[in-house]
Amino acid sequence: MSDREAVAHLLRRATFGPTADEVDAAERAGAAATLDRLLAPGRADRGAAATPPPALPADPYAALTKESTREQRQKANAERRKQLQQVTEWWLDRMVAAEDGLTEKLVFFWHGHWATSAQKVKSARVMQGQLETLRRHGRGPFGPLVAAMVRDPALIIWLDGQKNTRKAPNENLARELMELFTLGIGAYTEADVKAGARALTGWTVDRGTGTARFEARRHDPGEKTILGHSGRFDAEAYAGLLAAEPATATFVAGRLWFRYAGTDVPAPDGLAGTDTTTTLRAIFSAPAFAQTRGTLVKQPVEWMVGALRQLGIRPSALPEQQRKQLLGGLNALDQVPLRPPSVGGWPAGAAWLTTSSLQARLRLAGMLAAATAPAVLARLTAAPAAGRPDALARLLVVDGWGARTRAALTPLAGEPRKLLAAGLISPEYTVS
Amino acid sequence: MDTLTRRRFLLTSGVVGAGALAAGAGAYSLRDLLDTAGDRDPQSHTLVLVTLYGGNDGLNTVIPYGDPAYRAARPELAYPDNEVRRLDDDFGLNPALEGLHQRWSQGGLAIVRGVGYPKPDRSHFRSMDIWHTAQPDRPGTTGWLGRWLDGAGGDPRLAVSFEPALPPLLAGARSAGAAVPVADRKAAKGLSAETLKAFEAAEPGESAARARAAACFADLRSVDDMIRQVRDSAEQDTADPDGEQAPATATGGARTPLDAQLDLVAQCVEAGVSTRVFSVSLGGFDTHADEKQLQAVLLGQLDRALTGFADRMGRTDAGRKVVVAVYSEFGRRVRANASDGTDHGTASDVLLLGAGVHGGWHGEAPSLTDLDDGDLKYTTDFRDVYATLLERVLDTDPGPVLADWRGRVDKLF
Repeated sequence: MSDREAVAHLLRRATFGPTADEVDAAERAGAAATLDRLLAPGRADRGAAATPPPALPADPYAALTKESTREQRQKANAERRKQLQQVTEWWLDRMVAAEDGLTEKLVFFWHGHWATSAQKVKSARVMQGQLETLRRHGRGPFGPLVAAMVRDPALIIWLDGQKNTRKAPNENLARELMELFTLGIGAYTEADVKAGARALTGWTVDRGTGTARFEARRHDPGEKTILGHSGRFDAEAYAGLLAAEPATATFVAGRLWFRYAGTDVPAPDGLAGTDTTTTLRAIFSAPAFAQTRGTLVKQPVEWMVGALRQLGIRPSALPEQQRKQLLGGLNALDQVPLRPPSVGGWPAGAAWLTTSSLQARLRLAGMLAAATAPAVLARLTAAPAAGRPDALARLLVVDGWGARTRAALTPLAGEPRKLLAAGLISPEYTVS
Repeated sequence: MDTLTRRRFLLTSGVVGAGALAAGAGAYSLRDLLDTAGDRDPQSHTLVLVTLYGGNDGLNTVIPYGDPAYRAARPELAYPDNEVRRLDDDFGLNPALEGLHQRWSQGGLAIVRGVGYPKPDRSHFRSMDIWHTAQPDRPGTTGWLGRWLDGAGGDPRLAVSFEPALPPLLAGARSAGAAVPVADRKAAKGLSAETLKAFEAAEPGESAARARAAACFADLRSVDDMIRQVRDSAEQDTADPDGEQAPATATGGARTPLDAQLDLVAQCVEAGVSTRVFSVSLGGFDTHADEKQLQAVLLGQLDRALTGFADRMGRTDAGRKVVVAVYSEFGRRVRANASDGTDHGTASDVLLLGAGVHGGWHGEAPSLTDLDDGDLKYTTDFRDVYATLLERVLDTDPGPVLADWRGRVDKLF
């Protein structure tokens, strides 16, 4: 692998799809300095600063009462959907605009890990609050993240935590917390689930303000035995126990490997660091990581955001019709941010490679090619016709085309927008 | 990543075993199925397996209303006697199961009670893996119908799912069933057929994922526009994804409505395709809270889809050779939680209808008071049901598929 290929591989995986200019800069800086800069950007992110999260009005449901009419409820429902769409569109725009691509992609990783869907949570403010929590704690040690998440209103609503009381514990949150978010299956017993549910009792969500609140009279203050430890554990203490288990560090590092490196090459031992930034460094530095080049199927959001960045398209600058097409395309591809299909998160790998997803990518590729910034298109057409497939590879940060794809692209050299669309649906671009 | 975790990711992430991937899972379109019309023995039967994802509450599906322990355990959640659709003096169906109740009266619905497996696992994903693989001790990477397919010659068109990703139960060691997408067929503008065809070619030395991406171009070319009609009729149901009602935490299941999936099955059966097994699914049964209304909505969808399908099947010779089996990965706790819901439980009912099925009760109802840590004790091993289906519907010796499992459900057929 050449130096350029090595930094391109790193940037493709660590961020949402680098531009050719970013790869140029990384190649000049070298692989080691590029990794350092990704993990510790060291300067304010101007792109993020220019895309502040929307300031949402109060949850329209807060104003409803038992006496509210059907019309009022429908109106509140519609308003809620509008707010959720606003947050989804903002997030997509932020993913494209951010300079600190590692942090943006990591927030998306955590969103898929603590997979919480607006389908049940419904409140845009509460979903936005969870994203802020994932962003605040996402790079740091895992303990504070778990402690914040057991008190996160969106997660509490999603897994029925507000219904978990001393009188009759509800196990949904405790079980998924251990199975999917921290320890992984097999590292706890059914008794731990029951005791864990008791530790989490008492936390409820105020739907008016969208904040979590502790109600002592609903909490079970009794002695519990969890994972061999006994005490009067509450939510925070339980979160601390989970975060301190060695199985948790291994499990979470494995999940990071799964998303950033894939499944073709098994995760090497000893990836887990004291915080997520350290674990990511271990993943990207592992010799096995280099072997994963060309094997990881891009998730639909990764595919789309990468293309938007490389083609110089800002979603927020598009007309409404095209913004709708973007979200509609993600829907057809089965990956809409804020709406994971399951508490187990999104699928991976070949599950994204079906005829129905190819059709959706075809439509989106045509739309993206049509919206490509003139300056970007000019770079492609600056090359002589025979050199355009290579110019396209540079633009889309693909290491190179195989004979099959080159044969498909070559006849399109005279039609640059079609060439772009064909590049976006190629196996080399779809699988990074 | 340890083996167990890795395997789990493969299964629950919709990525089946490497064998299945190599066999080109999903590389079939409806046209390919319809091309097999007439290839089958007209006397052979067809199995339609309906998976309910999330853990359907069996005690509020087939309701033991005559047992005082039922109401005592879940006072808010229990259905009053006068709402239950009566089956006999002790049991009745959920009020939403109107069509199935009618079938029961005509002797066309079989209910196997207390179906489960030893040492029940209360994780959705793990328990679903167990049901998919039929290997409770150590779920492997092959599904029970995938292993049947291996023995039946391995033609993927014999075992079909209408979900975007292949369900693990159809993944064999050497072969895999076909995942036929219910795809949106709006024509892709812009790129010519020549360009798309050029992408079909295999590239030596390419990764499995890139080879799969290229194979999609070949699949796409052969998808028939019959799919479009089904999709169009299905779209009405998805217009408003979020009503006011809070749904259950999602744990998987197809996005295409069950009736649309069964509609495709019906079209295939009527065309006389070679497919012997269809897998369809409905998700959303993880009712930890406010269960009653939520479950009733889902059971209503199930009831309409199943009875509509069964009625349609009753009208043709091919349709009258179809057997439908409905199951979920576990039932729910006997006692309600304080959220008017139930937590993950164990044994539950399997419902069967169709060709040759003897209606009525099968197996013993588990006791509501003699419990295993708050959960029902299973009375029928789920492999008894699988073995019976393999023998009586698929005309296959269950031995090689189910590790020489001996149990059967007597008098089910």
